Amino acid sequence: MARKLNLRIWRGDSDSGELKDVQVEVNEGEVVLDVIHRVQATQMGDLAVRWNCKAGKCGSCSMEINGKPRLACMTQVASYPEGETITVTPLRAFPVIKDLVTDVSFNYKKAMEIPAYAPPADLAPGDARMQQVDVERSQEFRKCIECFLCQDVCHVVRDHEENKKSFAGPRFFIRIAELDMHPLDILKNRKKTAQEEHGLGMCNITKCCTEVCPEHIRITDNAIIPMKERVVDIKYDPARWLGSKIRKREGL
Amino acid sequence: MSGVFSPTRAKIKERTLRTDKWWLQPLITFGVLFSFIIYATFRAFENAYYFTEPLISPFYSPCLSEACVEGSTIAGFTPVSAQVLNFALSPALIILIFPLGFRMTCYYYRKAYYRAFWLSPPACAVAEPHEKYTGETRAPLILQNAHRWFFYAGLVFNVFLTYDAIISFKNPEGQWGHASVGSLVLLLSSTLLWFYSLSCHTCRHTVGGRLKHFSKHPVRYKLWTWVSILNHKHQQFAWYSLAAVAFADIYVREVATGAWTNFYFF
Repeated sequence: MARKLNLRIWRGDSDSGELKDVQVEVNEGEVVLDVIHRVQATQMGDLAVRWNCKAGKCGSCSMEINGKPRLACMTQVASYPEGETITVTPLRAFPVIKDLVTDVSFNYKKAMEIPAYAPPADLAPGDARMQQVDVERSQEFRKCIECFLCQDVCHVVRDHEENKKSFAGPRFFIRIAELDMHPLDILKNRKKTAQEEHGLGMCNITKCCTEVCPEHIRITDNAIIPMKERVVDIKYDPARWLGSKIRKREGL
Repeated sequence: MSGVFSPTRAKIKERTLRTDKWWLQPLITFGVLFSFIIYATFRAFENAYYFTEPLISPFYSPCLSEACVEGSTIAGFTPVSAQVLNFALSPALIILIFPLGFRMTCYYYRKAYYRAFWLSPPACAVAEPHEKYTGETRAPLILQNAHRWFFYAGLVFNVFLTYDAIISFKNPEGQWGHASVGSLVLLLSSTLLWFYSLSCHTCRHTVGGRLKHFSKHPVRYKLWTWVSILNHKHQQFAWYSLAAVAFADIYVREVATGAWTNFYFF
């Protein structure tokens, strides 16, 4: 059954902008991206919105809906009380380009700063063998669709632009954790660089990244806190540090 | 102007556009934790009504001071003077740093009090009021990295508090084979403290999380999987154990003052 929905959409660019009120038809089962497309088709032909798969797997339609970072294609209109105005804005942690589209290149720069997977030099292609129990932790992190909602909600950069140069953000902490836990990765200094170069110590584990993750990756419990504990092993635990020097082993 | 009001970001004047009651959870957290802090401080300095045969308050156990009342020590072991610089030192003040430190550095409580007390951030996608932020990279917050040492101390305390719970199955004359409401209160408190400690993220790391190859350490992998199950409920255990410890202290105090009678089942 079709009904009218009151929608507020942020329109503007990096110089100026404002919330515009529109009324749009909405049908049963539709998601917020559907009604944005209807507005684009019927009322605002030049409305900029980034989208692709409409299935919650490409991470393109990240935006803020009633102030919460969400995927527009996975947010049912019916999840809001009937009669409530839905407010849609671009991600507020990144520079805005136009309307609902932001410049997320910060994340690509950070991705390039993370050292790649480093298998043993003598491991020939096709010879890699791993036990399932050894890779299952890393596999959770491979579910990431790079929607950057966790990066957007993280107050370290959302509320402090100046921290962007020294803080990689939760998406890249799960990347570092994935590699540090990988059974065939031999790069020794991931823990040290996580703390000293990628800003792991800036995280105060308030878990907003986990709350907004559409893939339900337990970013804080399974990646950030384990990495913080691994950093404690090498930097803040004299007993562990001494043990590693005597027994000459990193990881077990 | 920084954060969401930075020049390149979308020009939106509101600090948040959230329409739900985002302020409710930090407000409740603040209220409960602040109440506990006030009560615990009062009890730590009260230096009275912490022992009544066979019950001892968890705030005062193990009782290590020469000032401890008769029967409240462990085999008369009192290595700490009753006074420091002419100040009558409450036995609770000697030991409370350890459970306090464990909870203060706990990964769950950090989330709770950073949000509720320091508003950093008050809630997700709600702009925090601070101009600068350095996280846990500098003193004093870099001391959060000492969590594992408080975890180890917490395990020792759990042993003492479990001992107290076992002792409580005596009657006031020291005979075994009796059970009272106080026994159940102390047993519940010590049990929840074990669950809180064993569900801790540091425990999870210690038993197996630090390993790179689970397949080479099947016993530690099994332990890690068990602790991981508990770890899912760490937040709940944190609150339940806090409430149970506070209630155990209230119960012992009320029995010691004579306000309540410790009912014996048998």
